[in-house]
Amino acid sequence: MHTNHSHDFDNAVDIPKPQTKAIWKTFFILVALTAVEFLFAFTMDAGTARNAIFIILTIFKAFYIVAEFMHLKHESKTLIWSIIIPMALVVWLMVALLSEGSYYFDSITNYFK
Amino acid sequence: MSTTTTLETPNTGTWDGGNEPLKASYGKLMMWFFLLSDAFTFGALLIVYGLSRHSHLPYAGKPEDFVFSTEWWPIPEKVFNAFPGFHGVDLPLAFVALMTMILILSSVTMVLAVEAGHRMDKKDVQKWLLWTILFGSIFLGCQAWEWAHFITGTDEGMTLADGSKVFGANLTINQYGPALFADLFFFITGFHGTHVTSGVVLLIMVFINTVNGVYHKRGHYEMVEKVGLYWHFVDLVWVFVFTFFYLI
Repeated sequence: MHTNHSHDFDNAVDIPKPQTKAIWKTFFILVALTAVEFLFAFTMDAGTARNAIFIILTIFKAFYIVAEFMHLKHESKTLIWSIIIPMALVVWLMVALLSEGSYYFDSITNYFK
Repeated sequence: MSTTTTLETPNTGTWDGGNEPLKASYGKLMMWFFLLSDAFTFGALLIVYGLSRHSHLPYAGKPEDFVFSTEWWPIPEKVFNAFPGFHGVDLPLAFVALMTMILILSSVTMVLAVEAGHRMDKKDVQKWLLWTILFGSIFLGCQAWEWAHFITGTDEGMTLADGSKVFGANLTINQYGPALFADLFFFITGFHGTHVTSGVVLLIMVFINTVNGVYHKRGHYEMVEKVGLYWHFVDLVWVFVFTFFYLI
């Protein structure tokens, strides 16, 4: 049985010190980006400009989560592209269906005029 | 002895298992492709939200004069403005901000568990996994409250054209806006909550294995990394749900 309760001493033989600087840095970036989003939510009037800011900040947040937390930045180039390219096609689908929605709305409001 | 060692010797030839495509292990690669397919599902749900919103009348008046109506799509800030313990107080997006913080924190403790796994530090892996399970469970509790409030509704409710009142929400009618608004709320946050629930179950399983020393004996903590990938993905999805459902 171990009688020494000091964690570092207990494992000093084979366990290196934790390297957590980069992890906490990413955390503070994510918190700051979320705070900026709230700042815009309460100080700016709703509209296309504000939505664009929200989407850009969201993409930044997504980048930090995927690149740092999920470690994708440090994987092979082929793996990075095999994740990004299909997602880019989803963005295409989004743009297409949003304009489809606007067209549908336009049609049902203006058809009987 | 010799027979057991030959079984444990890894195959090194390109066509007999020694080759690692994309320089990632089989398990991590499959987790990435599963997450990609899951991203399509969440992408589809959020795109349907956008499509429905664009095909409904937007609210055109001043935000101060906003009232709930089935005619137009509601302003999210006016719907999600309640906080436990502050009944009737208008606190737009405060509770969802708290939920976002909790989930980001749980992501950090997950990375710390993975980092401890790289160092073969069993105690630290246990500690950070427990924090992650705790934050994940708190998030689920918050979501349960959010749903309960959304379903029960506010004191004022919504007055229909014939003078009758509607309180809260179900799949056919709700006090906030068109029926699709509540339907998509239930589907999108519900599907995300299901993912968080499975994430917490996976984390508990990995925690039990860690305590039993399964990964220490195996010589690596890759299972923690794979569950970590899943957990970060759940956080990532919430970042998008937060923007597209609550902010815009």
